[in-house]
Amino acid sequence: MAKYWNPEAECMSREQMHSLQSERLCSKIKEVYDSVPYYREKMDQAGVKPEDIRSVDDLHLLPFTSKQDLREAYPYGLFARPNKDIVEIHATSGTTGKQIVAGYTKNDLAIWGEVMARTLTAAGGDENSVVQSSYGYGLFTGGLGAHYGAQTMGAMALPTSSGNTERQIRLMHDMGTTILCCTPSYALYIGETIRDMGLDINEFQLEAGVFGAEPWTVEMQHEIERLLNIRTVDVYGLTEIIGPGVAFSCDQECGIHINEDHFIPEIIDPETGEVLPDGTLGELVFTCVTKEGMPMMRYRTRDITSITHEACACGRTLARMKKIQGRSDDMMIIRGVNVFPSQVESALLDITDVAPHYMLIVDREGTRDTLEVQVEMTEQFFSDEVKQLEKLEKEIFEKLKSALGLATKIKLVEPKSISRSEGKAVRVIDKRKK
Amino acid sequence: MMLVKQISVFVENARGKLSKVTEILAKNGINIRALSIADTTDFGILRLIVQDPDKALAVLKENEITVKSTDVIVVEIDDKPSGLNSALVLLRDAGVAVEYMYAFVSKRENEAYVILKSDNAEQAVKALTEGGVRVVPSKEVYEL
Amino acid sequence: MKYFQEEIERMPREQMRKLQLERLKHTVEDVYQRVPFYKNKLDEAGVKPSDIQTLEDLRKLPFTTKEDFRDNYPFGMFARPMKEIVRIHASSGTTGKPKVVGYTRNDMNTWSDLIARLVYMVGGSDEDIAQVAFGYGLFTGGFGLHQGLEKVGATVVPMSSGNTEKQIMLMRDFGTTLLIATPTYALHIADVLEEMNVPKEEIKLKIGMFGGEGHTEEMRKILESRLGIISTENYGLSEVMGPGVAGECIYQNGQHIAEDCFIIEIIDPETGEPVEEGKPGEVVITTIKKEGIPVLRYRTHDISYLISEPCECGRTSRKLAKMQGRTDDMLIIKGVNVFPSQVESVLLGINHIGPYYQLIVSKKGYTDQLEVQVELTDDSLLDSFSKLEALEKEIQHKLHVVLGLVAKVKLVEPKTIERTTGKAKHVIDNR
Repeated sequence: MAKYWNPEAECMSREQMHSLQSERLCSKIKEVYDSVPYYREKMDQAGVKPEDIRSVDDLHLLPFTSKQDLREAYPYGLFARPNKDIVEIHATSGTTGKQIVAGYTKNDLAIWGEVMARTLTAAGGDENSVVQSSYGYGLFTGGLGAHYGAQTMGAMALPTSSGNTERQIRLMHDMGTTILCCTPSYALYIGETIRDMGLDINEFQLEAGVFGAEPWTVEMQHEIERLLNIRTVDVYGLTEIIGPGVAFSCDQECGIHINEDHFIPEIIDPETGEVLPDGTLGELVFTCVTKEGMPMMRYRTRDITSITHEACACGRTLARMKKIQGRSDDMMIIRGVNVFPSQVESALLDITDVAPHYMLIVDREGTRDTLEVQVEMTEQFFSDEVKQLEKLEKEIFEKLKSALGLATKIKLVEPKSISRSEGKAVRVIDKRKK
Repeated sequence: MMLVKQISVFVENARGKLSKVTEILAKNGINIRALSIADTTDFGILRLIVQDPDKALAVLKENEITVKSTDVIVVEIDDKPSGLNSALVLLRDAGVAVEYMYAFVSKRENEAYVILKSDNAEQAVKALTEGGVRVVPSKEVYEL
Repeated sequence: MKYFQEEIERMPREQMRKLQLERLKHTVEDVYQRVPFYKNKLDEAGVKPSDIQTLEDLRKLPFTTKEDFRDNYPFGMFARPMKEIVRIHASSGTTGKPKVVGYTRNDMNTWSDLIARLVYMVGGSDEDIAQVAFGYGLFTGGFGLHQGLEKVGATVVPMSSGNTEKQIMLMRDFGTTLLIATPTYALHIADVLEEMNVPKEEIKLKIGMFGGEGHTEEMRKILESRLGIISTENYGLSEVMGPGVAGECIYQNGQHIAEDCFIIEIIDPETGEPVEEGKPGEVVITTIKKEGIPVLRYRTHDISYLISEPCECGRTSRKLAKMQGRTDDMLIIKGVNVFPSQVESVLLGINHIGPYYQLIVSKKGYTDQLEVQVELTDDSLLDSFSKLEALEKEIQHKLHVVLGLVAKVKLVEPKTIERTTGKAKHVIDNR
């Protein structure tokens, strides 16, 4: 069993990494300045020229990029290559202008396969592995990301996609899956369903799990390891940067290694934008130095964590970040899907002119995240026939599914049963344990 | 006036939700003549025939309860086998569909009342009346 | 006209036949050595690999059926060790277990080549923005097209199926030029476009590559005028590869067969004998370039005929006409293959309901709908609406597990489903 997929990259000295990052950063900045008018304008406004960036130490001179920039540039404004060179598109959920769109060239897909192969190798995978990707396939980066990693590594990819849990489990058993890729909460759910189906986990070939796309605690990690009798790897990523594979954990349980030869991390103070030293909690920021399709400059992830550059006992020298500690905005992650309360509101506005009062109740049923959307009944909606109200529930359900990419439970409630507060309305109750 | 105003109330399936409605009606001295509940897992629809539907509507609205009125018809049925059947046969033959119905027994002997919601109230009244089934005028229903 | 692999696509007939024979011999030898299932089958039929000396000798080989896939589930038909298999796909089998296929790296490469040929055939290129509205996952549709489009260098938008409003939003925002879908789903998209009053100029579609089910000429005309596209169809099944077995060019008169990879025969489904050239019969496919799971004389149960006249596009391959029907009871609903026997196996495992059932297939607008009617036999459930709801949900969930399709479940009173003395009528297809 190989320990590293790419030992040169994963275990290089800090000096080497510094010079590699510097070299890549300088040429990437020149490139985006020339090919992306949006960045050029931003840099001009900030009074920074590509020549000012002489090493990775000058990174802090560059302006930040935010979700807002991506929205303004929607859909293709931040692409650094013509459509001819773009071979794949991914996107987050959301409506026009609200979703994040990312474009990949053939090289970008190769980088993605590479960083996911590193992740799968850290999980103990090799060409003999059977990798079941139970993330959703499609515009979501989860399914295809895990898939590309498996193919790069030469393993057998089993693209079951998400949902239909009993079928997943039967295939996992029959196909002899050795590595499972999905969200941690879905892994727990799979574990429990295996138990409920009366199957014995020891009759499965499962060895490891690569889980991510939502934050999970160490307790949950141990619970999954016990339930599925596997070792686990925490994989971190976001569509804006590449998808899953930006960072991955090793067997030392001491943080998540960032593939910093491709994505340079910084931690900043979310208020002031100032760069914070190692070990201090702040907002995670990434700069892509190898991506061609959509190289992000100092992208603010809104994820709160800290990083360290100390070498790890596993032998990797890649910087490590802690598990995500929180968000600096109101985004929630539900079953791996990013949800903003504002998306719910605009979907409800599609059904009626006046948005009814609503509230999102996020909970965990057993191991599965649930999102209940309570909508206050109004006279405009009300009918004395059960089937009409059921139709209304179904319509709201479909609208939200379309907007969020997530199945929700719709509950029609009596007027005024959702509490009003002074000032900012409480729209979300998150009952999940942090 | 053959059409009767029925009050429909949205109630969540939770403890105490039903009594909240009946309490408001009681406080305002409104008598309930007949009722039925259609329920699903999450919510129910309480359908009421009351003595003073306009007042009931007003007081329920004042209390921020989701309520609306629907026109239904009330049919007098002989309290004997096949009593209901003859009325339904008339509607079927006239091509009128019944959305839902419920019954209550009158204080007078040998008579029962059936409340019907149909997809075409006017035609339903016509078919029943012509077939010799008595449709009870609204005024009489409220005063029962 | 541009060709992706001109040398193969315009190969003279004689040369192609030579190539086919060579590859056929190799395939038969290969499976005889590597797959015990085929060795037994050939031995039983008294055929040795060395008996295959001409293309006509193909007829000496026994047929392979979908039941063979079931009996050898999951990996019994594989001709390579798992180490060399890099991908698994599966399609629904006749009962609960799927038909499983495995691909080596070479297979993956061949597959994407075949799709890339189709893309060129319909006038696609690296300038296109291609929206794939097929399901991804174990189903071969999404992935198959995705890889070939990527090979051509088109911009692939892996939208996957469903969520029509979002499909349309992306189509407008991204300027999608090439749509991959089932033809009925494309029609549904056209309907929703109209409902949403999307101005025609905001839709940049030029080409439709449709598959998963056939489309009639009437449907083609409607699609072309309403979406402003050239509408083409292609054919494939996961047992032999997935999409890419055959596909139409812009001249739209038959689907060019990838004859360097597949030999197609048309047989009489009753006798198993070949039918006269150009006459309809059951399509039988032999793969001659597959490594992971080569298949000899696979009976597809699809009915079609061969077209041998040369095509205006300059390709020399024979063509497969539009599918004319099925020789078994398989239904295609929203592009998903459904066998009544699968539904039966699910229903028999559920309490409170009777053994009688009926599938009602219909179209709502252009979208297929499947309703499963079952008789409620346990009247103790009658007083509780929520218990009935729960039962319906249970049936729906279990059907979804096996069919991969959401069906509407309708509980009906006992004795309402028609009893017949002979073979029960399980399907009413109102499409």
